[in-house]
Amino acid sequence: MRSSANADRVAARLRRRYAAEKRFRAYGVAAIIIALGFLTVLLASIIADGYTAFVQTEVRLSLDLDPSVIDPSGKRDRADLSSADYAAVVHNALLARFPEASDRAARRRLFRLISQGADLEVRKLVLADPSIIGSRREMWLPMAASVDQLIKGNMARAPEKGGQFSERELAWIDALQADGSLKTRFNKWLFTGGDSRQPELAGLWGAVVGSFYSLLVTLALSFPLGVATAVYLEEFASRNRWTDLIEVNINNLAAVPSIVFGLLGLEIFLNVFELPRSSPLVGGLVLTLVSLPTIIIAARVSLKAVPPWIREAALGLGASRLQMVTHHVLPLAMPGILTGTIIGMARAIGETAPLLMIGMVAFIVDVPATPLDPATALPVQVYLWAASPERAFIERTSAAILVLLCFLAAMNATAIYLRKHFERRW
Amino acid sequence: MSTTSDAYLRQDADAAAGMAKITAGDVNVHYGDKHALKGINLAIRANEVTALIGPSGCGKSTFLRCINRMNDLIEGARVTGLITLDRQDIYDRELDVVQLRARVGMVFQKPNPFPKSIYDNVAYGPRLHGLAHSTADLEEIVVTSLERAGLYDEVKDRLDEPGTGLSGGQQQRLCIARAIAVSPEVILMDEPCSALDPIATAKVEELIDELRENFTIVIVTHSMQQAARVSQRTAFFHLGELVEVGDTEQIFTNPQHKLTQGYITGRFG
Repeated sequence: MRSSANADRVAARLRRRYAAEKRFRAYGVAAIIIALGFLTVLLASIIADGYTAFVQTEVRLSLDLDPSVIDPSGKRDRADLSSADYAAVVHNALLARFPEASDRAARRRLFRLISQGADLEVRKLVLADPSIIGSRREMWLPMAASVDQLIKGNMARAPEKGGQFSERELAWIDALQADGSLKTRFNKWLFTGGDSRQPELAGLWGAVVGSFYSLLVTLALSFPLGVATAVYLEEFASRNRWTDLIEVNINNLAAVPSIVFGLLGLEIFLNVFELPRSSPLVGGLVLTLVSLPTIIIAARVSLKAVPPWIREAALGLGASRLQMVTHHVLPLAMPGILTGTIIGMARAIGETAPLLMIGMVAFIVDVPATPLDPATALPVQVYLWAASPERAFIERTSAAILVLLCFLAAMNATAIYLRKHFERRW
Repeated sequence: MSTTSDAYLRQDADAAAGMAKITAGDVNVHYGDKHALKGINLAIRANEVTALIGPSGCGKSTFLRCINRMNDLIEGARVTGLITLDRQDIYDRELDVVQLRARVGMVFQKPNPFPKSIYDNVAYGPRLHGLAHSTADLEEIVVTSLERAGLYDEVKDRLDEPGTGLSGGQQQRLCIARAIAVSPEVILMDEPCSALDPIATAKVEELIDELRENFTIVIVTHSMQQAARVSQRTAFFHLGELVEVGDTEQIFTNPQHKLTQGYITGRFG
């Protein structure tokens, strides 16, 4: 009798325990679903905003490369050729297409439809091969950002709904579209150009190169410094008040807002050492400060994870401490250290605030050739474009974010690959 | 220093007779505030197996780790007294600890091969100390060591496979091969069979008996039967003190001390 009552109590307890376990699982699943939901919404909105920036509306024009316009002197001098009036070539082609635009006002309106950078494309073509002067060429040239936005449906046609074009301009655009001369094509300027005031010519390449140089400097400094610090603290230093103090401060540094490192960089690297302002070199130095604590902490954790008997085995055979570290401990800790480094680099590539302080926020058109040239970085480019009023910069901001996210995803994938590939079991 | 050391040495008849490979005189070890070893005087003869027995925490492993100065690695450990190897003070400032560890090899409780190939595991020590002049030399050392550890026939076809892929008993014999590849004079074994099954244990014990011919062996063990089987001399430790030391047969059949008797008959421990 008694024992069956006991069994019932046990069964009831068991039921409660299983229920609690199920509830706990449900909480976990719910948390993951919510997190994934937010991520999906975030990505979807960025992609929806940004995918159109990867194409650009272009117009096909038949250009008359008239020597009397391009090279009136006839000497084919490079300096003359590079300063020639290619805008006139483009404008003549437009006028030839729409002869009805005869008065000054109409011409201005017509010329406004094509990008102000269209003549640069013609110049590039002519400089590459001056022998084409005098011939007729068909070329795809970028339209102005406003036309681009109209074609992509980001801008209404009707002026009362925010449209910028008159009936006449709309008729020109429709005419071009009707005979297939107006098309959206892959936006090469986005991936080859530097920044520009004209959205249709603005590109990420300058920012990508700036970020690349910055990260190169960061990696070259923070990896050896971080690993050496971690190895010293973990394998050589004795535990005393000083090492405790250092450890606490490294952990504190990891939590310091990055803009503070930017201010430090401004004062030390720019004002004291007078390194070039806005340069990826200084950006990389500042990002080194930002990522160093992360790398040191990650490296120490990986070194701690190497089992102590590996060290004992090496020392027991008569290895010195340095040999123990270089032959056994470091190789075993390396996957973890690399993972931590890449995560530190991923943090550095997304860092904006400290770069603002050292002037990498300037408007820079040229793609930097060396780490000493003025440059900007990808996240700063996002910041700059997000602050630009033109409608066309909205999609470009999202596109820049997508490119940045792709870099981050690639870096994190590398980290996971390295961890999986070099992971050792014992 | 020499007068005091002689005084220590005289405490043990073997040491006085010059048969001792290793002597310990008034060795004290402190871990921070903890007094782990209290005034140990012990002589260890060459080409014999000396077993250190005693209940957990009695200091036998601590004493073992004094002999190759592995205690140096433990933060806060302090060793006083005199330990000599061939009448040379091993805690002498002049003495190179790396050289000492090349002369005094160690086999640990848990088999701890490096996560490298079997070959590289054994070749590591000789490479480290530059014992081989050529690849052929090195290969010979590796093969001889594996043969002496009784492992060669089992692994000869897979020397380039990871040492961590072997069974526990094979791993421990690999560790022994790795230790003897450096040609040490003394091998310290810290409960080498505690992680092994009885068959692997039997193989390692057999091996220990063979190795005695060329090496001086000090083994810490929790198994009284093992001590009785493999050792010629036995030292019984209790609460950081050396209670009794003598020929194994005498310790197990006619212990002089009440504590020893209690321990070996299983009354405590």
